[in-house]
Amino acid sequence: MLKINNLHVKLEEEDKQILKGLTLEVPAGEVHAIMGPNGSGKSTLSYVLSGRDGYEVTEGSATLEGASLLDMEPEERAAAGLFLAFQYPVEIPGVGNMTFLRTAVNAQRKARGEAELTAGEFLKVVRAKAADLQISPDMLKRPVNVGFSGGEKKRNEILQMAMLEPRMCIMDETDSGLDVDAMRLVSDGVNALRSPDRSFLVITHYQRLLSHIQPDVVHIMANGRIIKSGGPDLALEVEENGYGDLLAEAG
Amino acid sequence: MTDITDLEVREGVDRETVETVQNMGSYKYGWNTEIEMDYAPKGVNEDIVRLISKKNDEPEWMTEWRLEAYRRWVTMTEPKWAMLNYPEIDYQDQYYYARPASMTEKPKSLDEVDPKLLATYEKLGIPLREQMILAGVEGAEDAPAEGRRVAVDAVFDSVSLGTTFKDELAKAGVIFCSISEAIREHPELVKRYLGSVVPQSDNYFATLNSAVFSDGSFVYIPPGVKCPMELSTYFRINAENTGQFERTLIIADKGSHVSYLEGCTAPKRDTNQLHAAVVELVILEDAEIKYSTVQNWFPGDEDGKGGIYNFVTKRADCRGDRAKVMWTQVETGSAITWKYPSCILRGNESQGEFYSIAIANNHQQADTGTKMIHLGKNTRSRIVSKGISAGHAQNTYRGLVTMHPRATNSRNYTQCDSLLIGDKCGAHTVPYIEVKNTSSRVEHEATTSKVDDDQLFYCRSRGMDEEEAVALVVNGFCREVLQALPMEFAMEAQALVAISLEGSVG
Repeated sequence: MLKINNLHVKLEEEDKQILKGLTLEVPAGEVHAIMGPNGSGKSTLSYVLSGRDGYEVTEGSATLEGASLLDMEPEERAAAGLFLAFQYPVEIPGVGNMTFLRTAVNAQRKARGEAELTAGEFLKVVRAKAADLQISPDMLKRPVNVGFSGGEKKRNEILQMAMLEPRMCIMDETDSGLDVDAMRLVSDGVNALRSPDRSFLVITHYQRLLSHIQPDVVHIMANGRIIKSGGPDLALEVEENGYGDLLAEAG
Repeated sequence: MTDITDLEVREGVDRETVETVQNMGSYKYGWNTEIEMDYAPKGVNEDIVRLISKKNDEPEWMTEWRLEAYRRWVTMTEPKWAMLNYPEIDYQDQYYYARPASMTEKPKSLDEVDPKLLATYEKLGIPLREQMILAGVEGAEDAPAEGRRVAVDAVFDSVSLGTTFKDELAKAGVIFCSISEAIREHPELVKRYLGSVVPQSDNYFATLNSAVFSDGSFVYIPPGVKCPMELSTYFRINAENTGQFERTLIIADKGSHVSYLEGCTAPKRDTNQLHAAVVELVILEDAEIKYSTVQNWFPGDEDGKGGIYNFVTKRADCRGDRAKVMWTQVETGSAITWKYPSCILRGNESQGEFYSIAIANNHQQADTGTKMIHLGKNTRSRIVSKGISAGHAQNTYRGLVTMHPRATNSRNYTQCDSLLIGDKCGAHTVPYIEVKNTSSRVEHEATTSKVDDDQLFYCRSRGMDEEEAVALVVNGFCREVLQALPMEFAMEAQALVAISLEGSVG
């Protein structure tokens, strides 16, 4: 599904290398987690993959089902099936959440040559999915993320994910700022979306989320690279001992 | 379930925007109608003023009124205080009267009007047949509550082609006709109110208009009547080198209510054309006028060539207690816009509202705002202005709020937001506030922001292209004002917002 090979990325504005030869493969149907200390480049990875400005790829490649992501505009990546659940979802004053969702869904359908959803069809789907995530009709009406609590913002990201049905979901610290109940709602939402032809890359600081969303593989990232990969136990190890030993091991 | 219904409706509106963005072209009203025209000789002088008066079959008093204005005008100088830059206008190098030859014999009804002219309005999407309009779908028989009929006055260059729904309006006692017809048929009303809100001597452009205005709309709503449908005027400038000087007079008698819409377009021309209109609203005790404008005159091309010079004086006089007026404007067109729809809050407890979206792209310049003149006690006003600048455009909000010594316990709230797209445009805010009593309160809030890269990236990461993302964010910025518009107009306005910003990103 997602193949990242020897990816080197620097900031456009300053001469600072963030990713230094990152290699990673997420096969179809698998959930991979990335953990790592602050400043290891986790968020940069998610932004570079989704096409945000401000980064320069100096070496390496990233492909989604064989197509080179790095040559595409952000909207083309989305239409190709990539989705990023933002760490800090952006507020858009005056634009109703529903309008935003429907515009996004239909923009992608259009880009893929599919028929757009009518208002009626869309409403039916969105209501059901919103109910699953305990998102109230009022929240659907309110402007995108404006005045939403931390938990509401994250649930809203998962609702977008559920509506857009991407092939490759990247979740950037979706668990940050969530209480126990919200964490369960978000995890249930994600687990419901797991399928043999959909993959997840879950970026997190804590093992807690991974006890709800069982990963197939856990990667430890430090200094712009994956320094160790392993099974779910690796996350428990980090939780217990911190990153010290792993970092020392990697030199 | 109400909330969901509302949701669906709003959905429809936003949908429209997005589709329009996707089919974005350039100015889509820029075509021209090939038709034989009668012109008055170029330039303006007393003979031309008399000629215009004669063409309209006006009585002597009207001719004199015009001449008085003309004599005044020649002593005046063009105001230069606005933040607008344009070459000197040669007032003698314009036609002041242009009439389709087929309109020489006044048609008795729209059925007798040249089909070519009617086709022009059809092409513009203006319904001149008397039928239901339901969110753009024509001919709905059992229209639900939001399905409305709109009566139209079609003004083509210097003349009104005719108005629709005349009989039905007459049954309700409503007079809706061209101003030239009103001067002939209802001289007592015209004499009483014309120039009573915007005097002949008001300002350079209004005075010129008083001398040479050719047509426009007249509305009278009798006491206690709620106008049974929305009224509208659609202005089209077609002839080259011709100014359009229309005059609109609306009188809402005691306890009456009317919603009036106005739309404007013009063909693409390399030369600049002059448009100097005057709109007067008279609102008596407990009456209410809601006046909405979508101004989409040709703005000029990307290099700033051509476009309409739009100098407009609009003023409402709340003469009676508890009178209420609401101006809503969406200004997307014109090379130059000079326009300050104002409210004189004379009656006690009268209310004035001004909602504005002004978009300037490419080389457009807009200097627009409002005046709220509080004279009566317990009067209230509200100003919500959203200015959007893109390209090389300059956009100025200029507003005056004044509280007279007598206007005790009055209130004003002003919110003035500017949005910048790109780094070569400008936004300016020039508020004037005068408070001459101690019990009134004036609030002014202003913000200036840029279209946020994070917002655009967020939209794009969800699959929208850049233009679509900008249109969505800008429509969100304008939401408060768009919601103040009648439904059909809101849809048109949203679409226009998107089109006007074409090419402003990337």
